[in-house]
Formats: sequence, structure tokens, C-alpha cells
Amino acid sequence: MSALSVTGVTKSYGRTPVLAGVDLHVPAGTTTALLGPSGCGKTTLLRIVAGFDDPDAGTVELGGRVVAGAGRPVPARRRGIGFVPQEGGLFPHLTVAGNVAFGLPRRLRRDRARVASLLELVGLDAALADRTPHQLSGGQQQRVALARALAPEPSLVLLDEPFSSLDASLREDTRRAVVAALRATGATAVLVTHDQAEALSTADQVAVLRGGVLAQLADPRTLYRDPRDLDVAAFVGEAVVLDGDAVGGRVASELGELVLGRACPDGPVRVLLRPEQLRLSAGPGPRARVCAVDFYGHDARVELELPSGRRVSARTEGGDLPLAGAEVSVAVTGTAVPFPVGTPSGAPCPSPAPAPA
Amino acid sequence: MLLAAAVAALALVPLGHIVVAAVGVGWDGITELVFRPRVAELLVNTVRLVGGAVVVCVVLGVGAAWLVERSAVPGRRVWHVLLVAPLAVPAFVTSYAWISLLPGFDTYGGALLVVSLSYAPFVYLPAVAAFRGLDPALEDTARGLGLSTWGVFRRVQLPQLRVAVLGGALLVALHVLAEFGALAMLRYPTFTTAVYDQYRATFNGPGATMLAGVLVLLCLVLLLAEIRLRGARGYARTGAGAARAVRPVRLGALTAPALLALAAVVALSVAVPLVSLVRWMATGTSAGLDVDTLATTTGTTLALAAAAAVVTTVFALPTGWLAVRRRGPVATLLERSTYLGSAVPAIVIALALVTVSIRLVPGLYQTVPVLLAAYAILFLPRAIVTVRAAVEQSPPLHDDVAASLGASAPARLWRVTLPLLAPGIGAGAALVFLAVVTELTATLLLAPTGTTTLATAFWSASSALEYGAAAPYAVVMVLLSAPATVLLSRDVSRDVLPAARRGPTP
Repeated sequence: MSALSVTGVTKSYGRTPVLAGVDLHVPAGTTTALLGPSGCGKTTLLRIVAGFDDPDAGTVELGGRVVAGAGRPVPARRRGIGFVPQEGGLFPHLTVAGNVAFGLPRRLRRDRARVASLLELVGLDAALADRTPHQLSGGQQQRVALARALAPEPSLVLLDEPFSSLDASLREDTRRAVVAALRATGATAVLVTHDQAEALSTADQVAVLRGGVLAQLADPRTLYRDPRDLDVAAFVGEAVVLDGDAVGGRVASELGELVLGRACPDGPVRVLLRPEQLRLSAGPGPRARVCAVDFYGHDARVELELPSGRRVSARTEGGDLPLAGAEVSVAVTGTAVPFPVGTPSGAPCPSPAPAPA
Repeated sequence: MLLAAAVAALALVPLGHIVVAAVGVGWDGITELVFRPRVAELLVNTVRLVGGAVVVCVVLGVGAAWLVERSAVPGRRVWHVLLVAPLAVPAFVTSYAWISLLPGFDTYGGALLVVSLSYAPFVYLPAVAAFRGLDPALEDTARGLGLSTWGVFRRVQLPQLRVAVLGGALLVALHVLAEFGALAMLRYPTFTTAVYDQYRATFNGPGATMLAGVLVLLCLVLLLAEIRLRGARGYARTGAGAARAVRPVRLGALTAPALLALAAVVALSVAVPLVSLVRWMATGTSAGLDVDTLATTTGTTLALAAAAAVVTTVFALPTGWLAVRRRGPVATLLERSTYLGSAVPAIVIALALVTVSIRLVPGLYQTVPVLLAAYAILFLPRAIVTVRAAVEQSPPLHDDVAASLGASAPARLWRVTLPLLAPGIGAGAALVFLAVVTELTATLLLAPTGTTTLATAFWSASSALEYGAAAPYAVVMVLLSAPATVLLSRDVSRDVLPAARRGPTP
């Protein structure tokens, strides 16, 4: 398994720039999620790494070998990359076994044991080997596609929104099976997704792609708790944003005095909280009116209106829920992340130290 | 790209020939040859036959499709097969069946009956496919809004059927314009039969070419009219998920009349020709059946059809590929020119190839290659449509995946692309094969001396009023066409690729 390094990659289709200088490093044996809204260039980046497209500028290195950028690009078939497309892309004219063995050398293609062990690796019954793709469920197709990609022992596995076409119930199981198979083979993997929960729960590090550049590359916890700017913050999860003035590491806000999670110069700031940091009670404290309650069973999302008219949400346990229209008091647990007001794109305060994963 | 351009150029040879000839004759010559009473008479004949046939076919086709797809008329599956069955009987055989039974059948009414019955499936099949593609939820919604069955048909179903029915009507019109055998046998003169007579009389004078020119103009007018009428509106089922089953409309007291109408159509279009054929077959065989000649002729026909199927499919591959994988104005232009080329009646194509081969490569005149070229021009769209559908079924994604698994370009072609395209290519070739088996007009003009096919042998016998001798050839043609017709009736709403179509189900 080898590391992937992408340096300064740009790509335009006609006059439309899609990638505007992307740098990305994926350490060997880890999984990186490429997260971004539709049209942010994540699939283009994946296709460039795979060798289906060539970058306009920049280099792609795979295990220390430059495969695109210097001289003739190495064609896809010589890169040793496993590719799992959206909806699987199984060859409809081949059986499951034929699909899995497609990339193996000719003498190994009839090796039933090999196919069986690959199917087992992705959590499938070896009895499926003689089925044709259309006899499989969507989740099974995705697993076969992964087994096919892993069969030739690739140096890197690329997964293009592999779970987006699956039902919610199937998605969790398939995702776990895929992660387990990737871990078991120690594969280096890049997973493209637009689902932030999927990115946070699957990957060792998450690369947020925005407008053709890398907005932030961090491990999931850092990304969620200490995002670089408010856009990233809102993209990776629901955000509660309040205004206030920072004085000596504290901020006076509508929800009372908040402790800042990282150093920040005194002055006007916007602070970020997550909905699960808000606790509702009938006791004393800052008041808010309940606008709506979405009950999910395991928890609930309560939409609140603060006295200033600002709306924020709180995530609470599903047990004792207020009614819409009720007055509640709000307490905040944990620290808030400050973003000084006035800097153009909400540039962050310098982090004290990279947070450990 | 170059290959596709060459194919398009071949398809446009007949049109080019007409234009060149028209320029050669000059405006005065054209006025003299075209603006005369005989041409006016032909124009009236042709237009009223085409118009009548389109109206009858649309009424029969849409009505029958509604009965089979949306009403509770008994025996819907059987009716469906019987309504498609006329496709297995070439129009000139139907014509022969009628005129040999009723010698006084050579009137406008007779011609209209024969062509309408022969070509009604061209409207019926797309109408059935469109009915099956309609979302029943729309009809339920309309009923919920208080519409009657007739109101649902007129305000919901008919507008959605428009594209399919227009396409079918265009096919009927083009076929009637190009119909030669059936009308010649009924002695009903149209441009096509006149071109043939002119050609026989003066071999290849400007007279024939100019008549052909008028005929081609009529075809172009039809094509343009269809494009204008069709418009750009698309209808699609909104929302995902499988369409629910349709609850058929109960006919009640109207069941008997509906059954009677269907029975009448089937009796006229299927039963009469078959009875007549069987009768003449009996007469013919009692006089002694020449099995050797029949076998040789069948052999020649099958060989020609097989060769034409291979040639046409090979020609169709580059165009079908480009149309999907390199979408753009050039690919569209190349694809459309092959369609335009084959909208030209067979008689014109044959005439053009006769002249062009004599002028440019005299050695090729009346040889198999020229005949195959004519078949290719005539039937390219059938092959292109299926190849195109097959290419659409095999997205470039599979190529990418195979590349990432280390397969080289030739290996990808061999292990992925060809297996995926094979059913489509095969279906296209089969369609061409069957069309060639019953092709009459171009074969009459272009077949090498001494080469007879089933159609031309049938033609010469029946032209000599030897109805009994003609019958066996007709029977063989019908038997050869029957399997394809059964397949067509089954696969209306699915396409020709039932296996490849079922791709990964999400």
C-alpha cells in the first residue's frame, strides 16, 4: 500500500475551472474522505487520480512515483488503482465471480477459492459467486464492486459516492462492511461523498473541497470541533452561530458568558456552538421560545427563537421534550469556537496546537 | 468519424443523384417534365392515398391500442399478437391475396384498404408502447378530478400519445409513398409505380428521375412536417418507483361491438390473405410444386439477406457509436443523414444506384455489391437504432473500471464492449435480414441477371397472373417473417435488449 500525494492540480472543462490548485496528501494505509457539495470538483479529482482524466497542471504521485504531471501520464491500467464507482458499475454480462476475477491474471481467473475469499472479505456469501449482477441487491452490488477492486491488490482504492444510491437501512451495513474490508487489507483509500456524517464516521481524515480548492484537511474530530471557518463549520454539521465581544478568552453572548476553546484577540467575534452543546431546562438562565420540535426517537431537534429573534437549534435526548410555544431556559456546555469579525472569509484564530485525534 | 462520414455519404448518394440530374436538366426541362397533366394526376392519386391511409391507420392503430391496453375486452393478449401479425405479410402479398380473390379490387378503395391494413401496425405498435409507458397515476388523478373515460382519453392519454402516433403516422406515409408492389398489382398509379413504368419504358431517361425528384420532395415535406408537429415537448413519468398496474376500463354493453371491430380488422388484414394464400397454394401444388427452384430461390434470398445484414450492421457501428459517445452537431448530422437517405423510396435509391454505377464503375452495374449497397442505404436506420441503444446500455463507466483493473484497450474491447453490444448488434442484423427477405423494389431493378429472390420470383409469377405458382414463394416469405413478428409483439415496451437493459438495480 502506498501514499498518495496530489500537488497543485488544476483542471478546467472548457472555460469552467473545476479544480483550482488542489493539494492533498493521503498517508499509506489510511482512508481519506473527499467531502464537498455537488459540483465542487471531487469526482473530477478522483478521476484524475485514477487516470481517467489528465490534470491541466500539477502532479499526482503514487507511492513516490509520479503518475501524472511530469512527461506522459501513466495510463489508468498501469496505475494499480482499484475503482469502485457509484452504483457499482458491475459488468452486466459477467457473473459475480467473473466480475471479481476480472482484474486477475488469466491463470488465476478460474480460481474459485480466490473469489470465495474475496467475497468473504467484503462480507458476502461465496454462494453468490454464480449470480448475475442484476440478481443482487444494491448493497451486494457495491460489495462485489469493492471485491473486484481489491482483487488485484491495488496500491490505492478509490470509491466514488459508493453508498449514495443505497437505502438508508442498507447504507449503514454496507458502509461498515466496506470499512472493515479496507481495514483488513490495510488499503489506502479515498472516498468521495457529499454526506458529512458518512465522511466523519468512515475516514481517518476528511478533505473538504470547496470551489475547486481544499478548504480544510483534518481528522474528523478536529474538523467538526475546530473548523477553519464558519462555512466549513456549517457544511460538516449543524451550527449555532452567535455574536459577541471577546474579552480575555470569554465572550458575553445571548446565551450567557461562553468560554472560548482557543485563544483569540479581544474584539467583536462570532462564535460557533454545536446544537448538542445546548441544554434545555425549566430553571433560571437565558430564555428562549420553542418554535418546533422534530422527534427522531433516539433524540430530538428543538428549534428555538432567542429574544433577539435569532433562531438556533438544540439537539436533546428524546425523553422529556418541551412543547412548541413553550418558554425554556438554555445552558451551554463545553467551549465555543471564536471567529473574529471583520476578517474577509472569517479566517480563524490561530489554533493553540493541532488537536490530537 | 471518417467511417461514419463515409457511411453518411453513401446514404446521401440517391439524393445527390436527383439534385445533380435536376441541375443537368435545367429549369426549362424540369418545367416541361414536371408540370404536365399526368404528374398532376399522379400527385392527386398519391396524396389522397397517403392521406387516407394515415387517417385510417391512426384510427385503427390508436383505437386498437386503447382496447388492448386500457379496456377489459376479452382476450387482449391474443388480439395483440393478431394485430401485429400483418407485419409478417409483405404488402404486395396482401395485395395479391385480395386481387386474386376479387379481380375487381383495383380501385382507390381497394388500394386504401390494402395499404391501411398492411401498415396499421406501424401506428398500433408505438401507440401500445406509449400506453404502457404512461403513468396510470395520471389517469387516476384525472378520473379523480371528474373526467369520464372519454375525457381521460382525449385530455390525458391522447396528448401523451402524440409523439408516438406522429412517428407511426410518418412511417405509414413514407411506406405508402414508397410502396410499389402492392399498388402496381392493384393497378393504382402513384409516383412510385410511375417511376418504375417510366424506367422500364425509357430505361433511365430524365423523365423517371424528375418524377423521382417530386417523390423525394414529398418525402422531405413529410419529414419536415413531422418535426414541426412533434415539437420539443417531452413527456416523462415524474417521480421514481415502479408504475402501478392499470385497472382496465369495463366496456359493459360495448364489449360486443368492440370485439366485432377487432375481429373485422383481423379478418381483413390476416385471415383473408392467409385463406387466399392457402387456397392458391393448394391450386399451385396440385399443378406440381417445383421444389428445386423454390429451394434455390430461398437459398439465394437467405444468402443475400445474410450478406446485407452483415454489411449494414458493420456500416451502422461507427455511426451508432458516435451518436452516443461523441455527442455533438457533427455526430447528429451524420446520424440524421443516414435517416434522410433511407426515407427516400427504394425505387429512387435503386434508380440512383443504376445510374451512378453505370456512369462511374460500369463493371459494377447489376452486381451483388451494388444491390447490397442499396439494402444498406434502405435499412441502415434499423441497424443504427439498435446499435445506438446497445451503446447507450454500455456506459463508458465500464470501460473506465476495466482500465483501472489493468485491461488494455484491445482487451477492453474484447472482454467488455463487444459482449455488451452483442445483443444489440445481433438484433439490428436480424431486423435488416428480415427486411431484405421481403424487399421487392430495389431487388427488381438491381439484382444481377439470373438472380431471383423469393420476392422477385413471386412478383414475376403473379405479374403473369400465375397466382398458384406465386403462392409458395409468398408462403416462404411469411414463414420467414413470422418469428420476428412474434418477437416484436412481445417486446413492445421493453427494448430489443431485455438482458442488458436490466443493469444494476439500485
